[in-house]
Amino acid sequence: MTRKTAGLPLSYRLAVASRSLAALLGGYLLASLASVCIALVAPLPQVDATLTGLLLSFVFYLLAFIWCFACRSAWRAWLGVLAPSLLLGLISAIAYWMKNP
Amino acid sequence: MKEGFRQAMAWLHTWTGLIFGWLLFAIFLTGTLSYFKEEITHWSQPEVRSHALDPVHSLEVAQRYLQDNAGHSGTWFIRMPNEREAALSVGYRDAKGGPRGFVSKNLDTQTGQPVEARDSRGGEFFYRFHFQLQMPYPFGRWLSTFCAFIMLLGLVTGIITHKKIFKEFFTFRPGKGQRSWLDGHNAIGVLVLPFHLMISYSSLVLFMYMVMPAGIMASYGNDTDKYFNDLFGRNDAPKVANVATPLVPLPSLYAQVQALQPGARIGNIQVQNPGDSNARVTFTQSAADHVAYRRSANWTFDGASGALLSQGKPESGAMMTAFSFAGLHMGNFAGPWLRWLYFFFGVSGTAVIGTGLVMWLGKRQLKHAKSERLPGELRLVEVLNIASMSGLLLAVAGFFWANRLIPMGVEGRADWEINTFFIAWGLSLVHAVLRSGRRAWGEQLALGALAFALLPLLNGLATGQGLNHSVRVGDWAMAGFDLTALGTGLFLAWLAGKMLRRPKPVAKRPSRAAKKPSTETAEAS
Repeated sequence: MTRKTAGLPLSYRLAVASRSLAALLGGYLLASLASVCIALVAPLPQVDATLTGLLLSFVFYLLAFIWCFACRSAWRAWLGVLAPSLLLGLISAIAYWMKNP
Repeated sequence: MKEGFRQAMAWLHTWTGLIFGWLLFAIFLTGTLSYFKEEITHWSQPEVRSHALDPVHSLEVAQRYLQDNAGHSGTWFIRMPNEREAALSVGYRDAKGGPRGFVSKNLDTQTGQPVEARDSRGGEFFYRFHFQLQMPYPFGRWLSTFCAFIMLLGLVTGIITHKKIFKEFFTFRPGKGQRSWLDGHNAIGVLVLPFHLMISYSSLVLFMYMVMPAGIMASYGNDTDKYFNDLFGRNDAPKVANVATPLVPLPSLYAQVQALQPGARIGNIQVQNPGDSNARVTFTQSAADHVAYRRSANWTFDGASGALLSQGKPESGAMMTAFSFAGLHMGNFAGPWLRWLYFFFGVSGTAVIGTGLVMWLGKRQLKHAKSERLPGELRLVEVLNIASMSGLLLAVAGFFWANRLIPMGVEGRADWEINTFFIAWGLSLVHAVLRSGRRAWGEQLALGALAFALLPLLNGLATGQGLNHSVRVGDWAMAGFDLTALGTGLFLAWLAGKMLRRPKPVAKRPSRAAKKPSTETAEAS
């Protein structure tokens, strides 16, 4: 199956693989942290905040996928999912400590 | 990917569509069949007779049966018969009986005796397959949920790719090969776009607690049960008091529910601690009564005194949102017309995926029109396209044939129906490997046409409940199944005719490819 794949350089293939991983894993991290952040921060009863976080998490996953394949390089793909993840993680951590001192 | 945003999205649409298309096709087709789960089960178990609905009588029958047979059990379940499901289903926990400590029986509502029906999963098989993929728990659910996400991604990237979506919607150029496939793909995709968006997003909602557990864990810690208790508003039943007290007649509680919620259809009833002074009886309204799942639509009674103890808690806005998606996905509320609409929407979803897969290959085949055989990777896609589409149809037909042909008393009968499904699917893959593309398509579709078109005849011969009988007595579930099978057969015959008759634009390849099955087998495997 790999006989005819000569047309494209290896670096391109690695970049595609890297973007795919960024979307799949980095995107999942982003979506998870978004749901955590909403669950902890949203001014709603506990169950509603958690539920809203879950409902919206897929929007983040979707946007992460689109970003990872639309941006100019694989590095930007990772940056684009990890930087917001870090931010959401920080907000979640602060919210968590305030709730569970 | 270095080009524009739209090109990048087209690339993503193309490749995620290819990789997950085969699985998505199977999920959509079996999911579509699941809209007629009860009707398929009715066809698969023609021994279960329908009677006029009489909830009070059904409750008497169920209570008598459970008191006689499950007096020792701590929990009873009763599922009421309804317009679509003839059997009165009773079940109880019994550590010593049944698989996983649970015994379940279908009762005839008139005689009160268990129905001796052939061992078959019926519609339940397709329903389970469409989200579990016959894989061990929880991998099938994870994979099918991820497929649903890819479908959602495919829709969004498809909309972005196809910028003049509504203008081109009115463009259909039949008989133009690749162009017609694209027009068809776009037209069906756009026409039922709201359904497609709903069905893929709601699949995620149904399993989000499973695939996105981080939010629940962060908010509830290790006590995730509390999340579900909060969400569904459950109360734990009290412990057994060990004071023997007869259970109140269930019909009297039914009358109380009818006074509270006139006209409510009851879906199921749970009895905890029956025969004890701490007995609890919960009536849950049928899912057919509301679009959204309702946690509020249930009533819990004291089983010893018959007093109403509590009613389900009202839903919040967020809950209504999630529950509406769940309800819309499953379509329990749909009456016959809406159910058929659901079915055709499901078929069109399947068609969008199928046409997409065919186009992917068709576009690339053109480049190799002059060479004698396809490159290995394209041949692999071709074989998988055939096996996953026409092969799956053969597998479905095989399941129904097995249902009518396997003798009643065979050990593991229901499992053999499922085995037939997978054996037929496997054989179609072998066939697709051995035959050239167009011939394999044509032959499998032709066989599928025969298999489906003859199902009504087989049904009539095997059970005596063929169309002549079912139409006369007004058994529309049975007749509808047979007529749908006939219609499917005719449609497949038309497709097979197109495949087998029209001269292949890509000349010569079939005859030579057919002579070299061994090399192709090696490549495709």
